[in-house]
Amino acid sequence: MLLIECPFCGARPELEFVYGGEAHIARPAADADLTPGQWAAYLYARSNTRGVHAERWRHTRGCGRFFNALRDTTTDQFIATYEIGQARPPSVPAQKIP
Amino acid sequence: MAEPAALRRTPAIPATPGVRLLPPAARFILRADRHTLGIAGNVLGIGAAPGSCRASQAGMRAALWLGPDEYLLLAPEAEAPGLATALEQALQGEPHSLVDVSHRQTALEMSGSRAAEILSSGCPLDLDVTAFPIGMCTRTVFAKAEIVLWRTAGDTFRLEVWRSFTDYVARFLDEVVREY
Repeated sequence: MLLIECPFCGARPELEFVYGGEAHIARPAADADLTPGQWAAYLYARSNTRGVHAERWRHTRGCGRFFNALRDTTTDQFIATYEIGQARPPSVPAQKIP
Repeated sequence: MAEPAALRRTPAIPATPGVRLLPPAARFILRADRHTLGIAGNVLGIGAAPGSCRASQAGMRAALWLGPDEYLLLAPEAEAPGLATALEQALQGEPHSLVDVSHRQTALEMSGSRAAEILSSGCPLDLDVTAFPIGMCTRTVFAKAEIVLWRTAGDTFRLEVWRSFTDYVARFLDEVVREY
């Protein structure tokens, strides 16, 4: 089972976590002025990264907090976890798993 | 389906060696920062506020850290009304949320030299005393139920289980204990 490092609780089994979608997607400020296309892009368009991906996770069955994580989508390896509101850490490529 | 009130208060569980249903208790969920928790801690008389994944205890009263701003306060059942009033008075003016959840949960106690091993059948955490020391508490999963697990002594754990899961958790433990 994967161990995920919760910024508040430490390394915990993946069973306790729920995936929360891509991170760092800011809601447009003047949302009333957006065209339907722009609004749809904000709602639905995601980067679908192959490689290091910044995403939200929630420690649902633990402290209940959302946090951000960098995960390599090809190896499923977690590279870093950090609190909501912090900047994305420099994207270090995941180490090859032997 | 109607259930007798007495059964709701103390659900029937299988007689399992090492597993015991604890008496009803007063429970509060306090959502507040550490400063406000400190004030509540003074009312409870538990001393220092607990750190991450830790519980502070004094006699039958305790505060359990569940999240950075979420705490579970425990006390004997008879103290519930007085404690609620005292907490509300002490916390006046402080941003917080205090909810009485006494009847939401029941408590099971798992004890014995193999308690950690038995709980590991359903809980994915490392329950070795070096990784999960005495006084550590956390919300986690047990089989398919969500529980709050608290190590009160080297070989004793308290499980706070949501009421409707009590039967499931107790029967699950009963089945596991048959192996030992």
